[in-house]
Amino acid sequence: MSGVASSQRKLMTSLPWLALGLVALLLPLFDDAYVGVIAQRAFIYWILSAGLNLLVGFAGQIAIGWVPMLTLGAYTTAVLTAGTVTEEWNAYLALAAGGVVGAVFGVIIGLPALRLRTFYFAMTTLGFTTITTQVALAWKSVTGGGVGTPGPVFPWPFEPGWGFYYLCLLLAAVATWMTANVGASRFGRALIALRDAEVAAEASGIAKPRLLVLIFLLAGALGGVAGGLFASLQSYITPDAFSFEMSVLFFIAILIGGRGSILGPALGTIILTALPEFAAPLVQWSTFLYAALLLLIVLIIPGGIAALLDFSNRRPLPQHREILPQPSLLRAVLGRQQAPQQLDLRGIELHFGGVRAIDGIDVSIKGGEVHGLIGPNGSGKTTTLNVISGYYRPTAGTLSLDGGALAAEAPPLRAAHRIARTFQTPRLIGDVSVLENVMIGGTLDGRASFVESLLTLPRHRADEVTLRAAGLQALAAVGLDALAEVRADRLQHSELRFMEIARALMLRPAFLLLDEPAAGLSAEEIRRLGALIKAISREGVAVLLVEHHADLIFDICDHVTVLNLGKVLAAGTPAEIRSHREVVSAYLGA
Amino acid sequence: MLESIVSYGLAIGAVYALIGITYNVMYSASRVFSFTAGMLGMLGGVLGAVFISRLGLNAAVALVLVLACGAVIGMVTEVLTVRPVLKSIEQHLYVLSTLAFALMVQQVTAIEFGTEAQPFPVLVPIESGWLDQKFWLPLLACAVTIVGLELLYRRTLIGRAFLAIAEDSYAARALGLPETRLRLACYAIAGVIGALAGFTGAQMLLAYFGNQAILNFYGFVPVALGGMGSNRGAVVGGLALGLFQQAAAVMFGGLHAAIAVFVVFIVVLLLRPEGLAGAVSGRRV
Repeated sequence: MSGVASSQRKLMTSLPWLALGLVALLLPLFDDAYVGVIAQRAFIYWILSAGLNLLVGFAGQIAIGWVPMLTLGAYTTAVLTAGTVTEEWNAYLALAAGGVVGAVFGVIIGLPALRLRTFYFAMTTLGFTTITTQVALAWKSVTGGGVGTPGPVFPWPFEPGWGFYYLCLLLAAVATWMTANVGASRFGRALIALRDAEVAAEASGIAKPRLLVLIFLLAGALGGVAGGLFASLQSYITPDAFSFEMSVLFFIAILIGGRGSILGPALGTIILTALPEFAAPLVQWSTFLYAALLLLIVLIIPGGIAALLDFSNRRPLPQHREILPQPSLLRAVLGRQQAPQQLDLRGIELHFGGVRAIDGIDVSIKGGEVHGLIGPNGSGKTTTLNVISGYYRPTAGTLSLDGGALAAEAPPLRAAHRIARTFQTPRLIGDVSVLENVMIGGTLDGRASFVESLLTLPRHRADEVTLRAAGLQALAAVGLDALAEVRADRLQHSELRFMEIARALMLRPAFLLLDEPAAGLSAEEIRRLGALIKAISREGVAVLLVEHHADLIFDICDHVTVLNLGKVLAAGTPAEIRSHREVVSAYLGA
Repeated sequence: MLESIVSYGLAIGAVYALIGITYNVMYSASRVFSFTAGMLGMLGGVLGAVFISRLGLNAAVALVLVLACGAVIGMVTEVLTVRPVLKSIEQHLYVLSTLAFALMVQQVTAIEFGTEAQPFPVLVPIESGWLDQKFWLPLLACAVTIVGLELLYRRTLIGRAFLAIAEDSYAARALGLPETRLRLACYAIAGVIGALAGFTGAQMLLAYFGNQAILNFYGFVPVALGGMGSNRGAVVGGLALGLFQQAAAVMFGGLHAAIAVFVVFIVVLLLRPEGLAGAVSGRRV
């Protein structure tokens, strides 16, 4: 049944594309050269926007000045074909060279984005836009300066006119196909995760710099290719053809379309390209209108066209939903039981200036056991958890896994050691479905490379099938399978807590760190959560449970450590802790 | 040659520093990186040219009017583009409302004022001595702004309230500070500073709508280098940037200067993401 549903969904999503493609193929029949030129411009703009969309819509990078890639591609293609600097190149080869140049500069411009907040990257693109225009103006021997240079003419089979039209259409289709493949792959999901829940993405082993470099390469290359075509369409290019306003058009088209969508931005690009043509008196005001549109989008419909078209998520959800975990499925989710591993903290200290957040603690977490970590607020529980998952470098002490040292300050590397975690406030990606949120947890297990995903080669398709099945299974195990296709921001708080556990399970963890998983849950839900956690540990997983609900701790823990003011106040079995005098007076109360 | 590097470099650097302070004042009040800083600078020049050259107003009157316009536009920015999105500040979309507003203002300027750069009138009717007024005016404006802000922050109650908001807006609100009104006031001050930068720098930069993008970028460089929120860093960074840019321009030509600034910007950001004087940001988990 699910097969029918998924093929139906596939049909629904490809239907608008088929319609657009059909219109594009039939357009030459009318033989209207004017409409043809507008369509070619829309295709070319979309080739650039398709790549930019991964950067802006998926990765959330504010690339307000991506037009330099178009400029670079245009001049590279034009200059190489004209033969002013080198031998005359074949136009198609020159177009490819334009793509390469675009890709190289895409990465250079993207470098600050790998480490810095997104506004810095926005400013970098803005500065680069100004500079490329200045260089194009000043480097007269190559670019012709303000006078410009003739654009390339493509020989058979894509001669100027309708031949060139088909070249643009073909490349636009390829760009759509490739970026849609990336968008629907684990790479696309990882991008959205980095955008909306960077910390959770890191905990799932997603390394931001590597992934972003790939996207900068792709977006730069597509921009460069679009530039080569643009130069040919213009037949003569000057630096003022590449204005900052044009950058704004691309950028706004994507946001109007909606983040994380491919169809929306494509429609946005077509609309913004065609609009000024059909409303001639408005041409002067077009940038103003685009900007006003952007303001409206940001303030009123942040989801853009895509959110308006998302009908399935407007249907109300059932009112009284129950989370019914199925611990019996855990064995299938966690796979073959591994030999239990052990994580040791020895003499860990962490100082923030003069504050000793952790002041020398020893804790050992063993496979097959639930280890409770309790203590008053500010006693260092979550900080300990953050040291284990690599967010803080301990001031002193060692952290070792089965005797081998674990590198400090390297959150994305924790997933490879099968250390998974949840967060005190659930880190969710609100825009995408619950299933896709959970699939993020399995990113590390994908086998296909970026290029294989780009071209939907068999290994990529196999990855997707496995990941989806594993995601559904993990959801069923925590009792959320009925909500798999629902957008995550529609879930209740308690459901988000279980969703985070499902995401962590996708890693088939040897260690599971849970940060107050019972906070905000009803008594019945806490009972079910306890049974689930217990069952997880019985599969050989080492669970570290930070909690305030004393009942839950004493019910399911095999071992409890009590922290106070960054020190271990007591450690032992629940029964020992419950009768420990100091613990009772400091924390539990009589 | 050295003379022109120092005089022009320091003067343009002072304009960059003032735009940097404009970024900082808005950022401290709201934690929003606003794209409107360059717009305010651009408007300072354009409005000044309109008031003085077209309407024939006295330079002092024009200055007051320009600064008033800057304050009003700063407040409009806050009400229209910042206040509505502060709730969802965690989302990356938030600064785009300020970009949209800045672009709208720029386009209106281009249409109403024209897209050609226009000369800016001489403001102070004195003989140009050893140092022309187009060089010392921005430096004076920068000095006045720094001293003014220091006095405001250190000596007045409202200035201390600004600092409190910048330090910890939750705690400030808990103490009963009217956060919204203080933020609005900060945006008005930012508007004044940005407009002042544009007005005093316009004899060098001309009255030109395209200055918006240029000032947005070159005004951000000192902030990025000096650390977000640090006015001292912005001033040192701005003056250094001006000198560096002008020295490179004199020695290798303006084009290479632009490229050199860009390369330095990227390299510094890669080596010291928090800026040369900035502190590492706080906890994430």
